[in-house]
Amino acid sequence: MSLPSELPPRQEIGVIGWVRKNLFSSWYNIVLTLVAAYLVVTSVGPLLNWVFLEATFTGETAADCSGEGACWLFIGQRLNFFIYGFYPDALQWRIDIMFGLLAVAFAPQFIERFPARKWFGIFGLTGLPLIGYILIPGGWFGLEEVPSSRWGGLMLTLILAYVGILAALPIGTVLALGRRSDMPIIRGLCVVFIEVWRAVPLITVLFMASVMLPLFLPDGVNFEKLMRALIGIILWQSAYMAEVVRGGLQAIPKGQYEAASALGLGYWRKTGLVILPQALTLVIPGIVNTFISLFKDTTLVLIIGLFDILGAVQSTITDPAWRNVTTEGYVFVAFCFWIFCFGMSRYSQNLERKLDTGHKS
Amino acid sequence: MTEQNTALNPEDSRTSPVESAKHADKTIIKVVDMHKWYGTFHVLKGLNLDVNEGERIVICGPSGSGKSTFIRCINRLEEHQRGQIIVDNVELTDDVKQIDTVRKEVGMVFQHFNLFPHLTVLENCCLAPLWVRKVPKREAEATAMEYLERVKIPEQAHKYPGQLSGGQQQRVAIARALCMKPKIMLFDEPTSALDPEMIKEVLDVMVELAGSGMTMICVTHEMGFAKTVADRVIFMDEGEIVELAPPEEFFTNPREARTQQFLKQILHH
Repeated sequence: MSLPSELPPRQEIGVIGWVRKNLFSSWYNIVLTLVAAYLVVTSVGPLLNWVFLEATFTGETAADCSGEGACWLFIGQRLNFFIYGFYPDALQWRIDIMFGLLAVAFAPQFIERFPARKWFGIFGLTGLPLIGYILIPGGWFGLEEVPSSRWGGLMLTLILAYVGILAALPIGTVLALGRRSDMPIIRGLCVVFIEVWRAVPLITVLFMASVMLPLFLPDGVNFEKLMRALIGIILWQSAYMAEVVRGGLQAIPKGQYEAASALGLGYWRKTGLVILPQALTLVIPGIVNTFISLFKDTTLVLIIGLFDILGAVQSTITDPAWRNVTTEGYVFVAFCFWIFCFGMSRYSQNLERKLDTGHKS
Repeated sequence: MTEQNTALNPEDSRTSPVESAKHADKTIIKVVDMHKWYGTFHVLKGLNLDVNEGERIVICGPSGSGKSTFIRCINRLEEHQRGQIIVDNVELTDDVKQIDTVRKEVGMVFQHFNLFPHLTVLENCCLAPLWVRKVPKREAEATAMEYLERVKIPEQAHKYPGQLSGGQQQRVAIARALCMKPKIMLFDEPTSALDPEMIKEVLDVMVELAGSGMTMICVTHEMGFAKTVADRVIFMDEGEIVELAPPEEFFTNPREARTQQFLKQILHH
């Protein structure tokens, strides 16, 4: 004879069951829950008030920001400067095109079933920088030239980070391969390069690039400050990247090299077809970590007089016309950085899942 | 030179009646007084061996006897320091071009399969034909499917190696090597990493391959395989070829004491 089946006890299922089990299972947990609830209520309420309820969104000048909450009006009024720096208003369509293309190239990467999304990504890594190289500075095909001293804001941040990221990965990969080379001269050069650049703070590199380097160059040879900073960032970043990639290379079993060799694949095919695809997949978290930290480190260009988004905001919050907007400015900058860094992080998780072929299980 | 080495001279091996009856006596691998050191450790001490086209050779011996090192020298995964190795009329030296020429003609199957985990089974099989032999993609895939059918796993072609069992992976590894249409196949303990129930499926494939006239050199402890398939069996110990004989002679009437002892140990259970 079997027992008649009954519904599960009501107090163990559903919302009530979950709450009982996870929040109020013991005196200790009850106290923790109450304390946490108190903290949430006392902090979230005022925060919501400041950000939304009592904030000022519309108006023209600082005088319109009378409420207790945030003065978002300030951000709206100066947004143009935060995004384009001193880029001439009439030519900002060029930057808008670049933003559009950036979105076109990378938005599909977040949509699992998007057709031919691989090609959008390839465009983002090849065509996009090329178009940017022509469009942003101008001076080609009758486009009016805009000197880099007028670039600034979010656009400059993105240029620095994008070029840094794009160049550092391949250079870093070559350095990592060089460091593992059998040829002593190549290996020695790579070790010296990596150890020198990695041991220097980025601030020093930027200072050297903007202040010291011109002193060493012969008369008449000079190139733009932005270009010098970019080269400094790329070299510094590729030294870091080299070590991340080397970590991946070392994780590949010797058998993979042997199997590839035994099939008759030479060094470059073996490396390109068998070793690197596996090594780079393994170190995606490390690579993206480095990218994210570079993205944030680009703010350091402030000290050599380039106005990235942080520099642009910082110079505006001291504007006497706007008082007490410091918090709003920094929150806005933090939010912009968060959007891009979180995007990179999500994309890397996406990529890791896609490339997982189950050989680790 | 010790006496077993003189017994391995080409003149002697040609006198073997089995040999001359079965094969056209065309030497495809020639190893002459080959030595190898790891640092100061003398791993291989003057090996001599001639392998005829279509011949099947099994190498056995205790671990550390240098048998794996020996066959890895034949496609130069390991370099030798003295003596000569000539494979399909190409001598193995530091010359990278010659090494690549030899590797095109010599397939290898490893103890741990060494499939490329980031590629599907089919891609594993097509990689070398596409990039080394420059075969068109369609043709490479057709060849790959043909060999996958021969090792009896065409249905796994689009899976990744990580999704297959050990026995299936090793059969893919055999197919991958065959896709290059090599003249010689080297097997380095192909069943040693497998669970007992998977050994048979791999050995079946190898027996079938042996029947097709492929030149094979196989390091293995599967004595049943050696008995049925091998033309000659080599026993190695301490970096030397101790005994080399047709299987019927090798198993029933080994000449050397060390061979007798080894056979007693591995056949005694």
